[in-house]
Amino acid sequence: MAEEKLIVTHEAGLHARPASVFVRAANKFESEITVRNITEGGNAVDAKSIIMILTPGVVKSHEIQIRAEGSDAGQAIQCLTDLVQSNFGEA
Amino acid sequence: MGLVANESQLRGVAASDGIAIGSAYCYVPPDLTVPKRKPETNELELALFNAALVQARNELRNLMVERIGEKEAAIFDAHLMILDDPAFLKRIRKEVEGGQIVEQAVINAAKDLANMLAGMTNEMFAARAMDMRDVGRRILRILLSLPDCALSSMDTPSIVIAHDLTPSDTASLNPELTQGFCTVAGGLTSHSAILARNLGFPAIVALGDDLVESIPAGTPLVLDGQAGILFINPSASTVEIYRKKKDERENRIQQIRSIATKPAETADDIRVEVAANIGDLASAHDAVKYGAEGVGLLRTEFLYLDETQPPTEEKQYNIYRQIFEVLGHRPVIVRTLDIGGDKPPSYMLFPTEMNPFLGWRAIRISLDRLELFKTQLRAILRATEGYQARIMFPMIVDLDEPRQARKVVEEVEKELEAEHRPFAQDVPIGIMVETPAAAVLIDVLAEASDFFSLGTNDLTQYTLAVDRGNAAIFALYQPLHPSLLRLIKQTIDLAHSKGKWVGMCGELAGMPKAIPVLLGMGLDEFSMGPRAIPEAKFLIGKLDAEKSCQITEKALSFGTAAEIESFMQLILDEIR
Repeated sequence: MAEEKLIVTHEAGLHARPASVFVRAANKFESEITVRNITEGGNAVDAKSIIMILTPGVVKSHEIQIRAEGSDAGQAIQCLTDLVQSNFGEA
Repeated sequence: MGLVANESQLRGVAASDGIAIGSAYCYVPPDLTVPKRKPETNELELALFNAALVQARNELRNLMVERIGEKEAAIFDAHLMILDDPAFLKRIRKEVEGGQIVEQAVINAAKDLANMLAGMTNEMFAARAMDMRDVGRRILRILLSLPDCALSSMDTPSIVIAHDLTPSDTASLNPELTQGFCTVAGGLTSHSAILARNLGFPAIVALGDDLVESIPAGTPLVLDGQAGILFINPSASTVEIYRKKKDERENRIQQIRSIATKPAETADDIRVEVAANIGDLASAHDAVKYGAEGVGLLRTEFLYLDETQPPTEEKQYNIYRQIFEVLGHRPVIVRTLDIGGDKPPSYMLFPTEMNPFLGWRAIRISLDRLELFKTQLRAILRATEGYQARIMFPMIVDLDEPRQARKVVEEVEKELEAEHRPFAQDVPIGIMVETPAAAVLIDVLAEASDFFSLGTNDLTQYTLAVDRGNAAIFALYQPLHPSLLRLIKQTIDLAHSKGKWVGMCGELAGMPKAIPVLLGMGLDEFSMGPRAIPEAKFLIGKLDAEKSCQITEKALSFGTAAEIESFMQLILDEIR
């Protein structure tokens, strides 16, 4: 299992384009991946579901925890962390 | 009672500015009542569902191809993702296994998931419930073998009256015939509101249930999208007042549009260049649409991130070429790779860094990984043939870096010559000024730079020692900070003294509050997000050399960003 905590800095939060980019990236991995909103609390949700990923209501400056379990967990966490920290690929 | 009904009004949420005068087209969505039937085996029910998914995917892909804007396409793209959503599919399976027919399973699953989203306090998130419902309705409609017709039967210019409009509804709408929308439901961020703003239709949402009941098809209407008032059976004087307002508004829009297509010029005929910051092919099209005179910053990171290996020379060449073609004769500044530990591509191993913004990034990586750098330079140079391209290096701190980088460019040019590959001669090479080190060294750096471009986003965070991603100190990230303005002025003065021009490609360049000050400093090129261009040209056109110099002088006399901001707000109120 691997996990990482980080702050979402994108204006839109985990919504709109960032949400779909994130979910697409999560779906590339075999591991089960979840996201939890640390700032607001609440349950961990399936990071591969475009619907569920919206439910923790992650907006700009919220801290999230990404957790992966499976054969490629480390890689998945690395990739998703990079994605969030790169502002979802926007400069 | 005579034939003329009395004028009445309904008030709702003003969702999209503008005025429409016309008659009502009442939209009734297809009847999705499910006829009673006995459930088949689970396998058969799920097979029906899977077949419906296939058709839904095809319909959505077609809509994406046919439809208007990028945002519309993004909505259908989101719908396609919902069709593959594990939470949705799991829910359908559970319903079917519990003995539901598949139609009912779709209704239940879509409703539950949509309600979960609709219950969220943040309106932006709650609005996504609509997408879930819309996808549910699409699948249900397919299961019921009903056609995908929706609004396409409208044949005269009309104001559309509906309970609510789903993205699928509006996709079948003829923009030529639509004068405006009025909906019972919805909010500022609902799909129909966003679409109306994108297409420039006036719209009112959240008008309440009276709307559909009190307006038969063909009812005369006046829609005031600014005040959020719908006049039903408007009196002759109401129509007259609004016809006038509509004309005035259209004239104003025409003025701004004509500004967008004209070169940027001050009131006393001083030319400056207003350019766009772009990051892919789609934004290149936006740049042209919004009147960019060039591209002040082409970010190339998009080619490198989201990939499993570095982009090949051919791939890069093709994309640069396509972007140059879209921009035509306009100059394009290509910034070489600007990545770092904060946004590392998956195929590159980065050291663990305490401060990735002060770490191994941008030109530092390029000069360490010469193969990567050369591949990019080859692709850029080959693509320049026949176009006005320029190259810019990010994150420079001393003269050694641009000297080394230029040497690599020369090597690459020799290689290309030896291979008889064409490329443009004498491509100007510039430096991005985003470190205080570069800003104070401009007169020295001029030796190795044909032009400069201020990257104010990073320059702000390096000058003020404020991480703009850190929420705890977000208020300290002040692009109008007096230190920053002085540093910018010094940069421009030093560059001009060496006969070099200076642009700006940070967010500051497109900020209305900053434009008059920057103009007064003599900034030569303003590069910004494409949508900010018309407003920037408008502001520049309202200023002259004397006035902008006075503004700059005054702005530079303040000691805090707050004072500068409020002073600039006064200036803006006066200009506009």
